[in-house]
Amino acid sequence: MAFTIEINGTKRSVDVDGDTPLLWVLRDVLGMTGTKFGCGMALCGACTVHLDGSAVRSCITSIDSIGESRITTIEAIAATPSGEHIQKAWLDHQVPQCGYCQSGQIMSAAALLNEKSKPSDAEIDDAMSGNICRCGTYVRIRNAIKAASQAQGKRG
Amino acid sequence: MVKTFSASSSRLSRRQFLVNSAAAGGSLVLGFSLPVDGSAAAAAETFSPNAFIRVSRDGQVTLIMPYVEMGQGTYTSIPMLIAEELEVELGQIRLEHAPPDEKLYYNPLLGVQATGNSNAMRGAWKPLREAGAAARLMLIEAAAKRWGVDASSCHAKAGKVIHASGKTLSYGELVGDAARLTPPKAISLKTPDRFTLIGTSAKRLDLPGKVNGTALFGIDARPSGLKIATLAQSPVPGGRVKRVDDTAAKAIKGVRQIVRLDDAVAVVADHMGAAEKGLDALKIEWDDGSHAALTSEEVYRQLEQAVQGRGAVAQDVGGAEKAMASAAVRVTASYRLPFLAHATMEPMNCTAHVHDGVCELWLGTQAIARVQAAAAKTAGVPLEKVTVHNHLIGGGFGRRLETDGAVRAVQVAMQVDGPVKLIWTREEDIQHDLYRPSWVDRIEAGLDRDGRPLAWINRFAGSSVVARWLPPGFKDGIDPDSVDGAIDLSYAIPNVHVEYARVEPPGIQTGFWRSVGPSHNVFVTESFVDELAAAAKRDPLAYRRDLLAHNPKTRAVLDLAAEKSGWGTPLPQRWGRGVSLQKAFGSLLVQVAEVEVAKDGSVRVHRVVCAMDCGTVINPDTVEAQIQSGVMFGVTAALYGEITLNNGRVEQGNFDTYQMLRINEAPAIEVHLVSSTEPPGGMGEAGTSGIVPAIANAVFAATGKRLRQLPIDPALLKT
Repeated sequence: MAFTIEINGTKRSVDVDGDTPLLWVLRDVLGMTGTKFGCGMALCGACTVHLDGSAVRSCITSIDSIGESRITTIEAIAATPSGEHIQKAWLDHQVPQCGYCQSGQIMSAAALLNEKSKPSDAEIDDAMSGNICRCGTYVRIRNAIKAASQAQGKRG
Repeated sequence: MVKTFSASSSRLSRRQFLVNSAAAGGSLVLGFSLPVDGSAAAAAETFSPNAFIRVSRDGQVTLIMPYVEMGQGTYTSIPMLIAEELEVELGQIRLEHAPPDEKLYYNPLLGVQATGNSNAMRGAWKPLREAGAAARLMLIEAAAKRWGVDASSCHAKAGKVIHASGKTLSYGELVGDAARLTPPKAISLKTPDRFTLIGTSAKRLDLPGKVNGTALFGIDARPSGLKIATLAQSPVPGGRVKRVDDTAAKAIKGVRQIVRLDDAVAVVADHMGAAEKGLDALKIEWDDGSHAALTSEEVYRQLEQAVQGRGAVAQDVGGAEKAMASAAVRVTASYRLPFLAHATMEPMNCTAHVHDGVCELWLGTQAIARVQAAAAKTAGVPLEKVTVHNHLIGGGFGRRLETDGAVRAVQVAMQVDGPVKLIWTREEDIQHDLYRPSWVDRIEAGLDRDGRPLAWINRFAGSSVVARWLPPGFKDGIDPDSVDGAIDLSYAIPNVHVEYARVEPPGIQTGFWRSVGPSHNVFVTESFVDELAAAAKRDPLAYRRDLLAHNPKTRAVLDLAAEKSGWGTPLPQRWGRGVSLQKAFGSLLVQVAEVEVAKDGSVRVHRVVCAMDCGTVINPDTVEAQIQSGVMFGVTAALYGEITLNNGRVEQGNFDTYQMLRINEAPAIEVHLVSSTEPPGGMGEAGTSGIVPAIANAVFAATGKRLRQLPIDPALLKT
């Protein structure tokens, strides 16, 4: 059946089964490939997007569960204050290696800063431990989140 | 030691990279075709002095990358080598993946067009700087001729030729003239004191696209008319499809077609959501074939049996058997290592379009020419009818040296009208990998009265990946990878005997896995040296140091690690420090791990200190990143990595059963580099093989319990 969802500020209509994961609507139906497939079971976080500013795993988020919620993907995260700081910190700290998981890492980190402007190490662990990086960029992810938090704090 | 595989005697020499052919029509016509903007007219507008550089009249400098980017930073380090000599700034260049061409883009250390074994920078170090220098010299000569001045009065900088008088010509303005010149015969390269790029932490060129979602991996390819497919392969290796009931699958919205292969079934759909739903709805009956009863224990039994007998002699120095008989103390141990999956974050995938006698592929691969050849064979078309579009790689670690993903996609595409992207589920990816071999070692040493090793005898058994992947590399029962890290140890041991028995596990294919041979051998040798230190009642670092008196370069790296780690300073109860020393991939690495063993036996790696001599450092930040990365990969293997078999089936499936290290478990990592002007050593894998024994040795220091099998079993460490 047809669903209309709001992605990055634009209404989009798709005709798929209601149980279709948002991930595949984004990637295969709408051609937005920045959001990645890693596990299909919410175990790795590569598919993380925001629903109303909070991180969700799009691989287990069915299209019929979204309703009026606003979806934000990596393609538009730069337009959010936390997203902009996170992306800049990611470049300053040269975080990505293969880069495949990094869309998800950035979305999780941006959601964290939306909720906690000065996250502690434990809060970073809590928010980021659902995102696997096989290249092991964890040390840099932690440092970049702290730098982004500081930069965001300065700007207020 | 640099490992050299020679797959063919007819490889071009390095000099032949610098193609020397007659000029025609305002551009240098080369003996190969590059993807020059798609038209012959465009080709006439460029200066392409060799296979790696193309300058267009508008001044755009394009570098063609002979090695792939899979996270290790080659798409920055290779441009740094070329740009250093070409005299262009990194911000001025555009990068392009090399097409399949074994002659132009082969890896001189492997003999084939592939990126692996931590040797991209070792292979590229001289030829790619020479490629840049040759182009620069031709552009300078072209400018000097235009001006009627001596070339020695000109130099190049930031994409321009500058005369002593101050006048300049941009590279773009010199394209036509430079293309008519003959490449220089003599090229002198910059001495290290004149480097302006090499040795700097230049920002990676591939990162902007990796933080905003625009970077394109193989899985992101979307040729027009694309369908998406996923598949189920026989759960038992060698099994076949007996019966398929696809009634329910076909009724699912978006499912277009079911493709039946001999040993797999694929569901083709409008999107992966429908394809996966279709796959779940398929009822497949398998004929499991001859491996239906295979277990991990059976694999180990075959390996144990092999090490009781003789293998091929990999190293024999002095008289180890005789010296063993005269030893004051004898130490023996047996080690076991499991199969490991690669678990790249980007699951296996490939897009293929087979039609009208041609085959077009889109994927990320470490070995593009092999993919082209395998696709041609599968599709039954000539090699030149196969086009391969390479992409950024969402994790390689050796997995994407293989062609099985491409072959599967071609098999499916041959039955589908239009292009089809075949995506493996995570479960398929884990259960149909080509695994790091499982190994068994029986190792024995004889010590003199002072505890110094007199004799060392190591017999090990496992699969030879080289024998399958590059058969000429396997000779007289030995290949250089399987024994790497087991022979030519850094330590002074007068009598050494090492044997390797090749045993291929029934039905299971093995593959190169990050840190390859040393992932096994360094674990065994560095754990066992630690056992010898314990038998000699010596501090394990001091014991190693004594055995390196003849080897000051290695000793200096050990000393640096000792100093930076605070070796010998007190730690809390149930904490321990362990050291490992490794000579592999052309680099020396010493790692010290600090671990804590909880009362429930779980192991936490808190801190890792790495000291490294990897020769010339091209990009210090990349080196640090690669060590950090390699360490996390190794910690994952030490704590969690194990693929097990039961009833012929792999028992792990997704990240719940094949666990990865997560940020809350990640150690702090320090990297300390020894300054050097030697040629660069390999970096991508070293951190992985070294950290595993450092952790095991630290656990011994913390608990007195020796780990001879991986992954670490907390039940053994419980108090």
